Amino acid sequence: MRTLRSLERSYKNRSEVVSSAQQAYVAAYITKMKRIRLIQILILVVFIGLWEGSTRLGIVDSFVFSSPSRVVHCIITMIADGSLFMHIGITLLETFVSFGLVILIGLLIAILLWWNDSVSKVLEPYLVILNSLPKSALAPVFIVWLGNNMKTIIIAAISVAVFGTIITLYTDFKEVEEDKIKLIRTLGGSKKDVLFRVVIPSNLASIISVMKVNIGLSLVGVIIGEFLAAKAGLGYLIIYGSQVFKLDYVIMSITILCIVAAMLYKVLGYYEKKYTS
Amino acid sequence: MRELLKIDNLSYSYHTLAGETTALSDVTFSVSEGEFVAIVGPSGCGKSTLLSLIAGLISPSRGEIYINGNDARTSGKNIGYMLQKDHLLEWRSTLKNLTLGLEIQHKLTEESYVIINKMLDTYGLITFRDSKPSQLSGGMRQRAALIRTLLLEPDILLLDEPFSALDYQTRLEVSDDIWGIIRKEKKTAVLITHDIAEAVSMADRIIILTDRPATVKSIIDVNLTVEGERTPFAARSAVEFKDYFNLIWKELNQHEDITKLRA
Repeated sequence: MRTLRSLERSYKNRSEVVSSAQQAYVAAYITKMKRIRLIQILILVVFIGLWEGSTRLGIVDSFVFSSPSRVVHCIITMIADGSLFMHIGITLLETFVSFGLVILIGLLIAILLWWNDSVSKVLEPYLVILNSLPKSALAPVFIVWLGNNMKTIIIAAISVAVFGTIITLYTDFKEVEEDKIKLIRTLGGSKKDVLFRVVIPSNLASIISVMKVNIGLSLVGVIIGEFLAAKAGLGYLIIYGSQVFKLDYVIMSITILCIVAAMLYKVLGYYEKKYTS
Repeated sequence: MRELLKIDNLSYSYHTLAGETTALSDVTFSVSEGEFVAIVGPSGCGKSTLLSLIAGLISPSRGEIYINGNDARTSGKNIGYMLQKDHLLEWRSTLKNLTLGLEIQHKLTEESYVIINKMLDTYGLITFRDSKPSQLSGGMRQRAALIRTLLLEPDILLLDEPFSALDYQTRLEVSDDIWGIIRKEKKTAVLITHDIAEAVSMADRIIILTDRPATVKSIIDVNLTVEGERTPFAARSAVEFKDYFNLIWKELNQHEDITKLRA
C-alpha cells in the first residue's frame, strides 16, 4: 500500500507535466489496486466474521472448531504467562539454525561437486534418491538415533531442505558460461579464481532464491520434527492441542505459523531486491 | 625484425567417445615482434584451437611452440587473449573489470591505478570508470576488454574474432580503435577471423588455413598503398584491397572445390 501511496503522491506533485490521458490511466490503475486490496481485506474479515458468528449461533461447535475470540483469548493468556514467546522463540531458533546449516552444507557440497566431476558423478544417483525420498519418513529414525530432543528436530529440518539445495546450486554452478571460465584462465587464473570471481558472484541471485525456498522448507522440517520429538515449540503446541482437544492451541499455532512464514519470506525478499538489483 | 613466436609442426586432436578428431595437422609459421598477423580459414577449421594452444590453455598432441626462442612450456610467457565477446563481469564496475587480471596475478598496486586512469583517459572511458558494463556501448566494452588484457603487459596479443559479436558499423569503428591501440602500445598481435576484408584491412601478413584438419595453405604479405595513416578503414580504400580480397577468396574456395570433388 505504501508504494501505491507514493505513486499517488509523485503524480500529484508533477501533474502539470503529464497529459490528462496519462493521469486518467494512473488514476484508473490506483483505483483498481485499491479495490483489490479492499477485497483482500474483506475476504479475511468475512471469513473471521462467519467463523465467529457461526460458533456463537451454535451452527458449528466451538469446542471442535475453536473460534476467533477463543484464539485471541488464548493468545492473551499465553502472552501473560510468557509461554507463547517461549514456543515461538524455540521454533524460530530451530528454524534459523537448520536454515543456516542447510545453506552452509548445501554451498560446501555444491562447490565440492562443481570442483570434482568424478565426485559429482559418483554421488549423483544417491542425491537424486535422497531428494525424492519423503523426508518425514526419516524423522522416526532420527528420534531413535539422536533421542527426543532439539538435535533430532534440527537434523530432520536439514534433511528436508539440504538435498534439493545441493542439486539446485550444483546445476546453477554448472551453467556458468564456458567462455567466462576461459576468460579467467586466459588472465592466468586457477580453478579457485574461477570459483570466487565468476561462479559464486554470477550465482548470487540463484543463491538468494534458494535461500527463499529454504526458509520455508526449514520451517516445514522443524514442525515435522516438533510433531515427533519436542517439549516446546509451535509444532509441539499443535500436536499437544489436538491430543488434549484444546483446538484453540492448534488454531492459534497455525495462525502464528502463517504470520512467521510470511515474515521470514518478506525478509529474504528484501535482501533479494537489495543484492540482485 | 626479431622472431617472437614460432609454431613448429603443431598438431592437435580432440578425443570424444565418438572418436578422434584431428583439428590441426603440422601447422608451421612464425610471427615477428611488432607484427600484426591475421589467420583466416573456413569456419570450424580449428582456428580457435590454435589460439588456445598458443595461450597454453591446452597442450599440443605433437609439435612445439616457441616464444622468444624458448619452449612455451618453460619460458615465462605472457600472452594476452581477447575472446569473441568482451565478457565484462556485470557485477563489477568498469574499473574493477579492468583490474581483474591484475588481481588474479596479484600485481595490483597503487601504480596500476595511475596507469589505468591514464589508459581510461586516452581511450575515452574515464567518465565510465565507476559505471556498470551495461552502461557502456559495444565499442566501449571491447576497448575496456582490450585494456584489461593490455594491463598484464603481454608479449603477444591473441584476438579470437573479437569483433564478430558487433553490428557492422560498430565493427568498423572498433576495428580502427583496437588496431590503433595495438599499434600505439607497440604490441604483436595474432588475429583470427573469417572476415576476409577485416583480415586484409588490419594485418601485415595473412596466414590461410585449410579445412579441418587445418594446415597452413599459404601466407600472404599485405602491402597496401594508403595516403596518410594506414588505419583499417583507410586500408579498405586502397587500390590493392580488392586484389588481396579476391586472392584470399580464391585460396579459400579452391580448397572447398577440392573437398567437393573428393566427396
